[in-house]
Amino acid sequence: MAPHLRPNRRHRPVTPRRVGVALVAALTLALSGCGGAKVGEEGGSSTGGTAAKDCGTFNIAINPWVGYEANAAVVAYVAEKDLGCKVTKKDLKEEVAWQGFGTGEVDAVVENWGHEDLKKKYITDQKTALEAGPTGNIGIIGWYIPPWLEKENPDITDWKNLNKYSDLFKTSESGGKGQLLDGDPSFVTNDEALVKNLDLNYKVVYAGSETALIQAFRQAEAQKKPVIGYFYEPQWFLSEIPLVKVNLPPYETGCDADPAKVACDYPEYKLDKIVSKKFTDSGSPAYELVKNFTWTNDDQNLVAKYIAEDKMKPEDAAEKWVEANRSKVEAWLP
Amino acid sequence: MATLAQPRVAVRWPDRRVLVLGILAFWVLGYIALRGRNTLPLSPADLTPLHERINEINDSIGASRNSNPVFLYFFNEIRLVIDNLVTFIQSLIAQPGFGRTVPLIGWLGVVAIATYLSWLFGNIRVAFLAGAGFVFLGLQGLWEESMDTLALTLAAVLVALAIGIPLGVWAGLSNRVNRILTPVLDFMQTMPTFVYLAPLTLFFLIGPASAVIATLIYAMPPVIRITAHGIRSVPATTVEATESLGSTRRQTLTKVLLPMSKRTTILGVNQTIMAALAMVTIAALIDAPGLGQTVIKALQTLDVGTAFNAGLAIVVLAIVLDRVTTAASERVERERRRAATGRTRRSRQPLLIGGGIVTLGSVYLSYTYVWAAEFPDDVNIGRTIAQGAESATNWAQTNLSGLTNGFKDVITTVLLNPFQSLLTESPWWLVGLVVVALAMVLGGAWAAITSAVCLALIVGTGLWQDAMTTLAATLVATVLVMILGLVVGVWMGRSSRADTVVRPVVDAAAVMPAFVYLVPFLALFSATRFTAIVAAIVYAAPVAIKIIADGIRGVPATTVEAATSAGSSRWQIIRHVQLPMSRTALTLATNQGLIYVLSMVVVGGLVGAGALGYDVVAGFSQGQLYGKGLAAGVAIVLLGVMLDRISQAAARRTESSHR
Repeated sequence: MAPHLRPNRRHRPVTPRRVGVALVAALTLALSGCGGAKVGEEGGSSTGGTAAKDCGTFNIAINPWVGYEANAAVVAYVAEKDLGCKVTKKDLKEEVAWQGFGTGEVDAVVENWGHEDLKKKYITDQKTALEAGPTGNIGIIGWYIPPWLEKENPDITDWKNLNKYSDLFKTSESGGKGQLLDGDPSFVTNDEALVKNLDLNYKVVYAGSETALIQAFRQAEAQKKPVIGYFYEPQWFLSEIPLVKVNLPPYETGCDADPAKVACDYPEYKLDKIVSKKFTDSGSPAYELVKNFTWTNDDQNLVAKYIAEDKMKPEDAAEKWVEANRSKVEAWLP
Repeated sequence: MATLAQPRVAVRWPDRRVLVLGILAFWVLGYIALRGRNTLPLSPADLTPLHERINEINDSIGASRNSNPVFLYFFNEIRLVIDNLVTFIQSLIAQPGFGRTVPLIGWLGVVAIATYLSWLFGNIRVAFLAGAGFVFLGLQGLWEESMDTLALTLAAVLVALAIGIPLGVWAGLSNRVNRILTPVLDFMQTMPTFVYLAPLTLFFLIGPASAVIATLIYAMPPVIRITAHGIRSVPATTVEATESLGSTRRQTLTKVLLPMSKRTTILGVNQTIMAALAMVTIAALIDAPGLGQTVIKALQTLDVGTAFNAGLAIVVLAIVLDRVTTAASERVERERRRAATGRTRRSRQPLLIGGGIVTLGSVYLSYTYVWAAEFPDDVNIGRTIAQGAESATNWAQTNLSGLTNGFKDVITTVLLNPFQSLLTESPWWLVGLVVVALAMVLGGAWAAITSAVCLALIVGTGLWQDAMTTLAATLVATVLVMILGLVVGVWMGRSSRADTVVRPVVDAAAVMPAFVYLVPFLALFSATRFTAIVAAIVYAAPVAIKIIADGIRGVPATTVEAATSAGSSRWQIIRHVQLPMSRTALTLATNQGLIYVLSMVVVGGLVGAGALGYDVVAGFSQGQLYGKGLAAGVAIVLLGVMLDRISQAAARRTESSHR
């Protein structure tokens, strides 16, 4: 710009600001000339579905683990497509989801692991929730090791030999003993009592999240490092790395009655479904669906694999499984 | 007075450093003699009567929910108002509403509005930044999620400001209100969110209201504090002058105090927005819609790439909002000065009107046409970003984990383990005595009394040993934060080029949700206390770095030039001129570093830190541990208040003794 051309109001220089505004204006004009599809023109089919007459809204809790998501995705897909329900998924931790039975905002929890304390509080005392039968999945809790470790030391899966190997499991956290990695905080563990009562030279270290446990096992297998920790199935991660379960003294009824004296393995959990009282009384076909829903661990693992490893959206994973297993689905319909 | 007082102090207290060393030596001797006695341990599954009592209270509140009039007429009303506010904003920009299949304003309209407002309140640079940032969110394939997050954040910030600014003004005017409010605000800021997340859904049900209120509790304190600070910083002479001219209190407030503190208040708004965005992922645990959901979902399958992409969107939102509000506060300041000097600038009114018309046009287009309503999904860079992040993490995990684990082992054995056993294995009364004595020497009588009260209450929570484990990790993390803060802060403060490069990185580290980097950190450092420390450093170092850089830059250039011409080397200048002269900044950085580290205690509990963090997480997850989790939350608050009061008192002392 020549110095004698002092900018004034009439002839302002071309500043970036003006260019920007002009560009936006030009773009706007050009695009509006082209037009395009108008909002509301092409849509309209989203409220389709013929059987929508008495299902209404179905509020399903989504607890934060993939196996649960698999159950919920399939139930939600069938409820939407076959029963014409309007499904609202609510992402909640278990405690909060159960609380939602009382406040009427959650209709169903479709994979429950035990939770005797919650059953007492909401089913027996408050009478706001009801059991709706097993999901068909069997939950197993225990101590697991990466497969390479079992291949090299086959006798490690017997708890009696654990002390022999405790040196392997030393870490910066375990204070000279072997480290037993615990702790998805959502689960009750007896591990400290077990270590004490079985006289194991181990220290329980609280990893604090499922993420931390999975990462520890994944890395242990990849780098051939020894790890022993608390884990459970069904779990999508087991289809990536088939962890090996350590055999603790077998479970017998009542052997875990006193938490401080436990010296036996965890019981098998028959995973079940919980529904709100209100939902049961509503006569919604979605309630019948939830009540009838059962499938196997393999079924769940497959859908969980679609979600976790193939990175499919839960809706798409459910669609894929449902369309391939129509006969199983028919049996759940009211 | 000061000249009289100093020699007297010097006689009474020979040298503070000697005293501190003496106390520490006494502690070590006591530890050796009494190791393992009176350590007040409590195993993770055990409860004290206090914890059980809290459980009972919690249960009875839940049971009476549907009959209690407080619920029916008070909480329900609040919930309705907030729910409606959020749903309204959502249907404007994020979710289908008003009987339409898409939001009222589509992406083009939102981008136009964001750009225009940034220009109106800020300047053209931040306007471009805002426009580009919002388009980037769409390109990431996260338009709807981002708008949900924005809607929730806007609602929370609006409510926070509506309550916070009046309270802040009040606290600025009245010393008594300020005294009452300060501990409440401390409590709101340091109490871990996990503790009140579940009860909130009991009071306000599952839905937007609970999410907004959870965000509010954490995000409101900054605007209250900073507004009060702004009012207090208006020079007393100005206020007196106005009063002597016969202004009423009301006139003084509206004509002098509020306008003069406007800039500071906007900074408070800025801090509140940042704090609200920090809550995005945690609120997702009670069904808050938006980017937090994406992060949490991705974490379940350890999908670092997707989590990073969503985390990046939060960072983009934060940086845009931060720069725009900062620019707005600068504009306010400029205009005030201009008004004071009587100079006028050429008006930008015609341009603004033009821009407004373009914006309205865009809004209309995005209301009418599908292409401007729904962000086109044929250009999606989200997947590329996710894959990039994924392969970077994989590379680091396989190639660096040997090195990083070695580093972890060294720090743990040399620093963390000895310090932790000193704290946890000494008798509780010995630790208490040492802390109170240190508070006395460093901060004075008032700090000592506060510490004694806090320590007694921690003993009362039944979680003494866990609290000491957490304290050990917190202090180690703070030391590392300060080392990092000094190195990077001094570098940034001395070189403006370094500042330009490092600042965005530092900002990103401060707002990137911790959940995103936990997975790679777990691979690099295993599930250990050290992983928790590293996560805390990532979160807390940015604050320390920024404060220190600011302090270094504040040292007058003439002083540095004088030292240079006197022949001082660069190292001598840093050590003998710049650092001593930014002493206030250093103490402030330590104080803020500590508080930020403490706010990561719970996240640490998710990756192996155990202790109080794990207690809180487990309390959120298991009903029978709720009371214990609450007690652990209170213990964290108490640790925070204690460390804050000691470090502030120490800072005041250093300042006055060097004046």
